[in-house]
Amino acid sequence: MNHHQHWRLERDDDGLVWLSLDKAGAAANALSAEVLDELGQVLDQLDLYPPKGLIVRSAKAAGFIAGADIEEFTRLDTPEKGRQLVARGWNLFNRLAAVPYPTLALIRGHCLGGGLELALACRYRVAVDEAGTRLGLPEVMLGIFPGWGGMKRLPELVGPQLALDLMLTGKTVDARKAKKLGLADLCVAPRVMDASARGLVLSGRAPGRATGLKALFNAWPFRNLVAAKARQQVAAKARPEHYPAPYAIIDIWARRGGNALLAPDLVDGIVASPTARNLVRVFFLQERLKGFGKDSDFKAQRVHVVGAGVMGGDVAAWCALRGMTVTLQDQNLDRIAPVLKRAAALFKRRLRDPRQARAAFDRLIPDPAGHGIPHADVVIEAIFEDVAAKQALFRTIEPRLKAGAVLATNTSSLRLEDLRPVLRQPERLVGIHFFNPVAMMPLVEVVAAENADATALAKACAFVRQIDKLPLPVKSAPGFLVNAVLAPYMLEAMRCVDEGLAPETIDEAMLAFGMPMGPIELADTVGLDIAMAAGKQLAGGAEPPRCLLHRVDQGQLGKKTGQGFYGWAEGRPRKAAAGKPPAGLASRLVRPLIDRAGRLVAETVVADAELADAGVIFGTGFAPFTGGPLNYQKNAG
Amino acid sequence: MSFTPIYVVDGARTPFLKARSGPGPFAAADLAVQAGRSLLLRQAFLPTDLDEVIVGCAGPSPDEINIGRVVALRLGCGQKVPGWTVMRNCASGMQALDSAIANIQCGRSQLVLAGGVDALSRAPLLYSDAMVLWFAALMQARTAGEKARHFLKLKPSALLSPVIGLLKGLTDPVVGLSMGQTAENLAWRFGIGRGEMDEFSARSHQRAVAGRQAGAFGEIVPLVDGDGKVYAEDDGVRPDSSAAGLAKLKPVFDKPYGNITAGNSSQVSDGAAWLILASAAAVDQWRLEPLGKIVDSQWAGLDPAQMGLGPVHAATPILQRQGLGLNDPDLWEINEAFAAQVMGCLRAWNDAGYCREQLESQPWGRLDENKLNVDGGAVAIGHPVGASGARIVLHLLHALRARQKRRGIASICIGGGQGGAMLVETL
Repeated sequence: MNHHQHWRLERDDDGLVWLSLDKAGAAANALSAEVLDELGQVLDQLDLYPPKGLIVRSAKAAGFIAGADIEEFTRLDTPEKGRQLVARGWNLFNRLAAVPYPTLALIRGHCLGGGLELALACRYRVAVDEAGTRLGLPEVMLGIFPGWGGMKRLPELVGPQLALDLMLTGKTVDARKAKKLGLADLCVAPRVMDASARGLVLSGRAPGRATGLKALFNAWPFRNLVAAKARQQVAAKARPEHYPAPYAIIDIWARRGGNALLAPDLVDGIVASPTARNLVRVFFLQERLKGFGKDSDFKAQRVHVVGAGVMGGDVAAWCALRGMTVTLQDQNLDRIAPVLKRAAALFKRRLRDPRQARAAFDRLIPDPAGHGIPHADVVIEAIFEDVAAKQALFRTIEPRLKAGAVLATNTSSLRLEDLRPVLRQPERLVGIHFFNPVAMMPLVEVVAAENADATALAKACAFVRQIDKLPLPVKSAPGFLVNAVLAPYMLEAMRCVDEGLAPETIDEAMLAFGMPMGPIELADTVGLDIAMAAGKQLAGGAEPPRCLLHRVDQGQLGKKTGQGFYGWAEGRPRKAAAGKPPAGLASRLVRPLIDRAGRLVAETVVADAELADAGVIFGTGFAPFTGGPLNYQKNAG
Repeated sequence: MSFTPIYVVDGARTPFLKARSGPGPFAAADLAVQAGRSLLLRQAFLPTDLDEVIVGCAGPSPDEINIGRVVALRLGCGQKVPGWTVMRNCASGMQALDSAIANIQCGRSQLVLAGGVDALSRAPLLYSDAMVLWFAALMQARTAGEKARHFLKLKPSALLSPVIGLLKGLTDPVVGLSMGQTAENLAWRFGIGRGEMDEFSARSHQRAVAGRQAGAFGEIVPLVDGDGKVYAEDDGVRPDSSAAGLAKLKPVFDKPYGNITAGNSSQVSDGAAWLILASAAAVDQWRLEPLGKIVDSQWAGLDPAQMGLGPVHAATPILQRQGLGLNDPDLWEINEAFAAQVMGCLRAWNDAGYCREQLESQPWGRLDENKLNVDGGAVAIGHPVGASGARIVLHLLHALRARQKRRGIASICIGGGQGGAMLVETL
């Protein structure tokens, strides 16, 4: 009965068939064309000898099914191929949904995209209550839509509002939430998952579906109200010319019953759009960054951070959140205490479970005396930017370090080569450069000074992955990659202010370009004194913009002082209405950023154009649908 | 019987936070974790290298019943390090030390984290027996109608008069006296006047303030709560305390003409205190530099109605065994449950009749009060019941070292009629 490459069939004594996906040659399951074809063959076979019930599960430790095979998206060079891809899953899952015997998806670990669409085509779903279990339809993040039945079945199951929320944001839910939302019929511990699957698939219970108001909103004419509301909400976040997919999802649900094949023009448009191609590229760039952590099996358990300022404190809290024991050093406890307050809020927000939040709080240990250094696997210096102070600190730290410990600086503006001469082993110093706010920014630059120890760099990358950030190896050069490209971009924006443009108009131009935040607001957020210092270091001797000089002289340093280019209240800028940006403004502003990125590749500060694009996207939020600055330039011709 | 000395490697405690209105900012385990993690951080070994964790706690909360294990896990000692909890009322922390000593002496353990904790501000309110019976009957009701009728039988007076767990704990269940009343007994028996008690108490505050100024409380690890608020010092110590001021307070136990007031009693507090105890082999293995060693210990029982004299009964056998006079130790710590109770101990040692009848010895004379509780006691610092026994042993070692002295006795009275004492030496 078993001659498949990817699927394993076992018929048990009760007449149940347990169908396990174990995609050949892969660590995680993905629904490639081959895997789907084989599933079709399995269903053929089961038609001949129908089982009492079918339970679909994963044979991988890595989770249920991660989604479609994203590699295949890169080969959709004609509209026909796009339509074929949609039809393949749509038809197969409709067939699965129509089989006469009861079906159940036993979901343990991630169940995303096509994986969840397969599960939705089953009559029942059992979600295993474990940390790794996540269910969602994140297609929109790749610029595409859940075309294999997700747009039809998810609204039918949980109601359209919730379904659209999941499909339009791409967010995922854990097993408990899935049960609460009606997405899963049961949420069970691993110890009873098999018994639960067996019991439920044979139970004869009616399949779950949206009822009451939720059902009503699925029906005409209320459906149109929901769709209009959703379009409004999407419009507040993503412009259709940048991100067509969320609009297509709403339309296909509201007008085509979730069947993308009835809207071939939309399918063609999405498949042909550069957005989807670029977002898929960004996905692979992210995978490439993740790969940098794999060169070392280093695993940090204890981290010591010196400097309880905004960066040091947030880095310490983040490491504790990610399971490490963290000691945080500063001159006295009063400097450390505010970090504990921020950390407690972070743990509560991110971990939800009060026991886990408490454990993280227990792991973050104030350490004014630096007792944590001898036990630490990673020591990160994050004190103020002063060469002498950092050198003095390194002198005291180095003799106390455990053998093999990583010694890192979070400096953004000083040369590692200037900091390390005081060390007995200068080559061991690496840069681990975080971005503010640490909890939000995925990128961390791992900085190699001249002749840096390759093992130490590999360990630093592994550590960055361990705390679930994306490591980008860069060479020691002023501003590394991210700050080096941002500085000329912000300065150019300020020159426009000097020329008489309103900050609001400048910011609007870049928001329209697709940036998450305009350059003037960004300058206010990082602090105008910092922008000034960075400008001096990075502008190659050019005069600073007058508007910047003026504000710094006045002590108007931006968000932190409540006044910069904007007035700030409750952490938000007060902006007047933006004027219509003059033609070509966005191109003018983004030009210095692109040029600088190109130069940094030429100077090998960052290894290649792909990594430069990845760094700028994950380090600055640079319009992801463009695929990054250098990709944008290439495509713009 | 020979006593193998056990090394005190290091120790730390939280500030003692006076219970004011409502639950304090930290649960008992939070207190123990914050002091413990800083203490363990500065050791040459890792938390996972400990052989066991022993915590004395008189009133663990229902979700931390075996608080010793809870704390061991939260401190990162790992799953393999056992953790347990001991209870001997006010001497629970000292009992934890003694249990550690016993296990090290018999070779079961080499390196033990032991101490005590209580968060008295979080002592529970309990349902009265009447309410418990009402709930039990509710469970028996089967139909909605029966249940509804049962609610008509609910007496608001029963609902609104909970049993205060803390008062239960501070009342002797055998003789029915509150701890304060046992102190009134001693005041009556030895003729200790209200003025003397208040003077003793004011002096406790003055010594604690002077100690703080002199940096005598290096054993304190400040606490930080989730709002970023720092608790750096014992917050019940009053620099403005005076006998005249204390004289204005009303008696709380034998109203209205008794002598024991809130001001001449120990404070109800939240706090934790830890010591790391080690065998000679562990000291060698980890190249530790101990604070000192514990060279003898003793428990004793006496009339529960006179429980405050426990230190006399526990410390005297040590003096006898070691061939010491009352003033031979360089310093003494006698836990100040009540001013009258410590003063009663001193009177008893100096009382020929008491010594003859109770100790079968000659009178021991007058203990030099300049050697006693030199940096203040529980009247000023506070008495988080389970922590105090560990605190006085730890502080005694620090106080001896600060004065370059060698030998001291720490002793504590125990509700229910017991006493505990330990003889320590610096190295």
